[in-house]
Amino acid sequence: MLQQIFLSKKRLKSLALVALTTLLGACQRAVLDPAGDIARQQRDIIYISTGLMLLIIIPVLILIVVFAWRYRKGGQGTYDPSFDHSTALELAIWSAPLLIIIALGALTWSSTHLLDPFRPLSNKTAAKPLVVQVVSLDWKWLFIYPEQGIATVNELALPVGRPVRFDITSSNMMNTFYAPTLAGMVYAMPGMQSQMHAVLNRPVESEGFSASYSGRGFSDMRFTLKGLDEQQFAQWIAETRSSGATLALDSYRELVLPSERVPVMHFAGVDRDLYRRILERCVEPGSPCMVQTMKHDMSRSMSPMNPPSTEAGSMNEMMKHEHE
Amino acid sequence: MSMNDPALTHAIFGRLSLESFPIHEPILLWTFAAVVLLGVGLVAAVTYFRLWGYLWREWFTSVDHKKIGIMYIILGIVMLLRGFSDALMMRLQQAMAFGGNEGYLNAHHYDQIFTAHGTIMIFFVAIPLIVGLVNFVMPLQIGARDVAFPFLNSLSLWLTVAGAILVMISLFVGEFSRAGWLNYVPVANIQNSPDTGPDYYLWALQIAGVGTTLSAINMVTTIIKMRAPGMTMMKMPVFTWTALCSNVLAIAIFPVLTATFVMLMLDRYIGSNFFTNDLGGNPMMYWNLVWVWGHPEVYVLVLPVFGIFSEVTSTFCGKRLFGYSSMVYATVVIMILSYLVWLHHFFTMGSGASVNSFFGIATMVISIPTGAKIFNWLFTMYRGQIRFELPMMWVVAFMITFVVGGMTGVLLAVPPADFVLHNSLFLVAHFHNVIIGGVVFGLFAGMYYWFPKAFGFRLDPFWGKVTFWGWVIGYWVAWTPIYIVGLMGTTRRVRHFDDPSLQIWFVIAGIGALIILVGILGFVIQIAVSIKNRHALRDVTGDPWNGRTLEWSTTSPPPFYNFAFTPIVHDLDSWYEMKSRGAQKPTAGFRPIHMPRNTGAGVVISALALVLGFAMVWYMWWLAILSSVALLVVTIAHTFNYHRDYHVSADEVAHIERLAEGA
Repeated sequence: MLQQIFLSKKRLKSLALVALTTLLGACQRAVLDPAGDIARQQRDIIYISTGLMLLIIIPVLILIVVFAWRYRKGGQGTYDPSFDHSTALELAIWSAPLLIIIALGALTWSSTHLLDPFRPLSNKTAAKPLVVQVVSLDWKWLFIYPEQGIATVNELALPVGRPVRFDITSSNMMNTFYAPTLAGMVYAMPGMQSQMHAVLNRPVESEGFSASYSGRGFSDMRFTLKGLDEQQFAQWIAETRSSGATLALDSYRELVLPSERVPVMHFAGVDRDLYRRILERCVEPGSPCMVQTMKHDMSRSMSPMNPPSTEAGSMNEMMKHEHE
Repeated sequence: MSMNDPALTHAIFGRLSLESFPIHEPILLWTFAAVVLLGVGLVAAVTYFRLWGYLWREWFTSVDHKKIGIMYIILGIVMLLRGFSDALMMRLQQAMAFGGNEGYLNAHHYDQIFTAHGTIMIFFVAIPLIVGLVNFVMPLQIGARDVAFPFLNSLSLWLTVAGAILVMISLFVGEFSRAGWLNYVPVANIQNSPDTGPDYYLWALQIAGVGTTLSAINMVTTIIKMRAPGMTMMKMPVFTWTALCSNVLAIAIFPVLTATFVMLMLDRYIGSNFFTNDLGGNPMMYWNLVWVWGHPEVYVLVLPVFGIFSEVTSTFCGKRLFGYSSMVYATVVIMILSYLVWLHHFFTMGSGASVNSFFGIATMVISIPTGAKIFNWLFTMYRGQIRFELPMMWVVAFMITFVVGGMTGVLLAVPPADFVLHNSLFLVAHFHNVIIGGVVFGLFAGMYYWFPKAFGFRLDPFWGKVTFWGWVIGYWVAWTPIYIVGLMGTTRRVRHFDDPSLQIWFVIAGIGALIILVGILGFVIQIAVSIKNRHALRDVTGDPWNGRTLEWSTTSPPPFYNFAFTPIVHDLDSWYEMKSRGAQKPTAGFRPIHMPRNTGAGVVISALALVLGFAMVWYMWWLAILSSVALLVVTIAHTFNYHRDYHVSADEVAHIERLAEGA
């Protein structure tokens, strides 16, 4: 629909329409033209809230101009310097924005819970989500596919229609993992794991990046997002598996060094424990994993009368419990 | 040992060496040359005209709140020129750097520029301008002769100046932070930025921050203790109310910022682990703490500006402000709510849905009292007789611009919307919309409104209109495209883009910045032209706008003691009420006036603080120890200064008053 308007009006060369078409062009861009269901709902929220607020903003803008004109010195407006209070008007002044905010607040409460990135998608087909582990490195993105046992750098391929769960962490800097066309963004933070659930609804070839400044190479810290159908996805996995390179702990220690504008890399195999070690900050040989440190600290701080009741599991499991 | 001994040079100069001077950066070199030329010219001129003694006696050592206010404003305007140069450089870089074109700034330089731009614009432009206006206007509005702690006021000013100088030094000696305007960790951690950048940032802001905190304490005390008899809280002018709320906020939040920066300093200097990635440190905590300061800070800046708009609207509409008490309650409600919203700066950091909803809705609730304020100004205009002098033009431009900025702000407060717009250029456009459209427009309204009070002549209206249209048109041309690219998913702080279709928007934004430049130059020209034509623009009444509050009851410029007799207040808009009763100025029966004495201690202490900051940045430990000992000694010695006040004799008051009448 937008496409049609865009094309038909492009032929008319009037200046106003050029402005209009460029604006419509803007609407066809990532945020306002999503390929993923979450991003689509987020866009709808932008439209609905803007509409709600315009209910009050537009009359106010009109009133400002009308009053400024009508009551200018020498204009036709009546001058009444004693008019400085009106209970009825005060009531309206406070209650009109209040009503809008009540409506918007209700929308906020429900949509924030519905679109919480940590919340698994309610999918009727109940397909098991694809898990992708995302690590922001200085300054590139590492994607690990634990089920498939492969990894990539700066390329994220997703099967269309299958829900995806991203487990997100960082090696050093704080970044936000952001593919505008897929879903919102979530921070990638060192020593912490965040999650995002999303799904792609149509094949797409677009771009993702870090949305949070993280130092020198930040501007070019981009990845390609490929939405593939099932067959293409299987093919892509097979291709990646045939790439030959593998990502073990020692090759990771090389990869993690700061670098910029890194081309796409494929790894046919990946160390099963790599993601956990990055998250728990124990990739370096000899450095204790966070769970061990916590366990140690806990056993020190617990009094003998009140010993820890359960064995501390992996940090991943501990975080899962927190979110349930 | 010879001077070539590296251990000795290291002991003396710390990590400062010849490599610290950016002689390989042509842009910086030229800027440096220009600054040196300008500085030498200025010093030569001051020396030639034998102004040093005058400046020292009448200005630098002055504890007069009016002069301190004016010096704050001069500092803000000078730093605005620096901050705006940074803005122009960024706009040029972003308009150029597409595809194969890398632009003219490397990451090392560009990252310092956007950091410096934000830091300077908030800490050394917006804060000094606001503090300056409050300093100048508020004591006059409440009928006081000075602030509660005149020496502290002088110290606050000079500490802020010391902070600003330290930031300026970083331009030419070493480098400034590259970690964003709040010096975010992990980028600013010693592991990632071992250079001087974050240290310059931290020391400059700590020194200036002490000044701001002390100033806030001073203003709150003044408003609470020094109002003229009869001025109950609900008879205070709205600007004074907003100044009170703003400074109460500042007292509550600046210690948080100071403590946070102290923790980061400990991380950087002694290797503690508050905000590091390892050993139990947590960078996320830093973000929380700086925003516990950062969000209320927005209201520290914008509340006094709301006060300015209220005063200006009421004066130029020839009416009492509509809904005075609802205006006061709205201000207080905003002040309280502004503590409860900081988390909306990082909805995307993974707090749960309920936490996000709470902070989102709390943020939206602020728009209710803010909306009430807009309506109150609107209904002050209703049935008014609006004189569109320069200050009032800024009010209308503000209302139209700010309403849009408020709307995009509420949109960003909806967490699911923020999940796609966070850290995008949409957000950057939003806060420039409210800071330029709100704070800057308001500051211009205030400066134009009170300028005749400060100097006894008006500002040239033609160049004022050039300034006005330059800023207003420039704002819309510069920031509308940034909103649009933000909606396309473009993020902030990016130095180089791949997608060529975005370029046109950045070119338009660059043109907008040039139009704003016209506004800024127009302002500088306006001041020069007005000084030249000051006799033609002279105002002898002391009340050129037919004002309503007490500052217009005294002469322009006011005598150093402000009021020969402390006014007695019966009503809101007390000067308007006195005028309508036909009150006359007394011409006899003057009595001696108790006034504070000038002191140079503020300048000396601040200069020592500057030396301490510089020494700490460069690890010159001996100098740091020396300057901190000196700092302590001077501060303690100043407490033994018993010549702090004096009485102006009744005869002298009578003489000054007669002269003012004759003028």
